[in-house]
Amino acid sequence: MPAISPAFANPVFDTQATFRAVMDAMARPGETRAVPAALTPPAPLSPSAAALALTLLDYETPFWLDAALAEVDDVARWLKFHTGATATANPEQAVFAFAADPLALPPLGAFSQGTPDFPDRSTTLILQVAAFTGGLPLTLSGPGVAGRRVFAPSPVPPDFAVDLRANTGRFPCGVDIIFAGPGSVAALPRSTRIATMRTDEDR
Amino acid sequence: MRQAAMATFAAAETAELRVALESMGSTDAVEIRKPETGLVMVRGRIGGDGAPFNVGEATVTRCVVRIASGETGFSYILGRDHEKGRLAALCDALWQNRDRRAEIDTLIIAPVRQRLAREREESRARTDATRVDFFTLVRGED
Repeated sequence: MPAISPAFANPVFDTQATFRAVMDAMARPGETRAVPAALTPPAPLSPSAAALALTLLDYETPFWLDAALAEVDDVARWLKFHTGATATANPEQAVFAFAADPLALPPLGAFSQGTPDFPDRSTTLILQVAAFTGGLPLTLSGPGVAGRRVFAPSPVPPDFAVDLRANTGRFPCGVDIIFAGPGSVAALPRSTRIATMRTDEDR
Repeated sequence: MRQAAMATFAAAETAELRVALESMGSTDAVEIRKPETGLVMVRGRIGGDGAPFNVGEATVTRCVVRIASGETGFSYILGRDHEKGRLAALCDALWQNRDRRAEIDTLIIAPVRQRLAREREESRARTDATRVDFFTLVRGED
């Protein structure tokens, strides 16, 4: 059996700190929050995405990995060992989906959208990005945003803005997205309204 | 057999494991899963073949360590003794290493099994002293 690297040094405090960061990030779409990142998960899983996994996953939450993560067996093994969660190849069955290569992400509609009775059953997407600035500029408005906020994660999938708007249109269904950047996270919940800088017609 | 060895480590006293491991020298290990305590549901069957039912929850501590030579040791022990959880996992890892297995066998497994057998025998003898044999008189009515 290949070596599995350790998880958090202080599981209770570190997962609480990470949970707090995710909760605040969800409440303030597009703002970044620092997460504890002293982890050495198997590449290409990033330390911040690993911190989210250790905090959010348990035996009841099947996870889906994109092609970049799935081709390294150690990633799924590490997640299963530390969280007890099971892997699924079907994005519709995943409670959490991890993507190391946002450019190859399937459309957001491919994931579980929840149902009108149980919108909470949708997939939460964890997208590893290199930066929160300098990418596709999105103008955010809606709950948790005072006025407008510009958020430009990089890299993002092609046609991401169109896909995000379709996702918002499915409210109360739809997926929530957490961006895992180096050392910090940001989020785009399904309730956030999105406009790109150039076509600012969306309200 | 590894399963039997792990059961022996789990049944050992913390001090037995600590003393034996200290006498073995170099037993550095990385804690992959730090000792953590939780509950497991214990299930049982009446008489061994009745319908399974939940007896109750038991407190269990588990731990996983990796030693320098690469073996990964696991432990699941009853109770909340984190030190014992770590030591038992360490024993399991060392037991899997060909060069250390003999040491573990002679320093831990053999003496612990001996002690457990002796205690079982003592308890059996104590119980046996109060044995009552029941028998039914046949009344011969039919």
